Amino acid sequence: MSRLTGNCQQFPRRLLPWLILQGALLLFIPAVGHAEYGDIVMNERSEQAGIRPVIFPHWFHRISFKCNVCHTEIGFRMRAGADKILMSDIVAGKFCGACHNDKIAWGIKNCNLCHSGLPGLQSGTYGGNTTGGPGKW
Amino acid sequence: MRILAVWIMLFIAQDTCSAGPVDMIERHWRPLAKDELHDPANPALKLLHDPAKSLSVLSRSGDGNQVNWAAALERKEIQPRISLSTDTQTEVLDLNILFPNTGEMAMVNFPHKQHTEWLVCGNCHEEIFKYKSHATKFGMFEILNGQYCGRCHGAVAFPLTDCNRCHSVARVSSVAPAKAH
Repeated sequence: MSRLTGNCQQFPRRLLPWLILQGALLLFIPAVGHAEYGDIVMNERSEQAGIRPVIFPHWFHRISFKCNVCHTEIGFRMRAGADKILMSDIVAGKFCGACHNDKIAWGIKNCNLCHSGLPGLQSGTYGGNTTGGPGKW
Repeated sequence: MRILAVWIMLFIAQDTCSAGPVDMIERHWRPLAKDELHDPANPALKLLHDPAKSLSVLSRSGDGNQVNWAAALERKEIQPRISLSTDTQTEVLDLNILFPNTGEMAMVNFPHKQHTEWLVCGNCHEEIFKYKSHATKFGMFEILNGQYCGRCHGAVAFPLTDCNRCHSVARVSSVAPAKAH
């Protein structure tokens, strides 16, 4: 600390505690989004198949559906990456295809509405799950 | 230099505000094209719903989606369906479980009510938690690692930085531990 202030002779030392406090407070400002909290990226197979990664937005789906619909009735396990989701299953009415069938929600011909991610994204949960720990999400 | 000092003071005041009541927090959502997740070159992007438009009308929170989803549901700001079929009945269980062994933190109150508004018993029992209260042993280390409560909290339900929403019962409180049955 003395080296730091020594290099800044013109800087009034009485402001230093304020700056330190300011820096500390900055840590508590909520991170302004990148991805929205709970966004899931699925890119296990998409890019290999020549199409953009899939982005699943939890925030949008939970406005219209409670967790039970997808995580009990449709059968998505409650762990990102736990289910192997193939387009052939979706076409057959499983997973996303239980709703994305042009009846409950728009159908599977609208490829770019799901396959909307930037190339190169890794699969997983995005959106600032703020624990920063060795999570398994 | 005086101007600089005033600027810093103002900035600190602003910060203090944002750490205050939830109503005071300014909320910002990035447009999908700028969230560094969606491909801005995708021509269909404009057909997807914008988070700011959908979420700004819902009850506030300082974390996660910046929405208090439990409050939004309770106040009927959203009316999500719990089943794809119209004749499925689900039960809301109004049962609190108190976890007193939380070190120096306030004790944890687990409300079944808010959870069974969204989920059914089988989502948590018995794969994640035993039916019998306090039969499953877990701590913050496991939760931070994405297990137990951390299966959802920290991924999609309100994040683990929102300590006081779970650690909500002061240790001086005379609340008696709830029993499961």
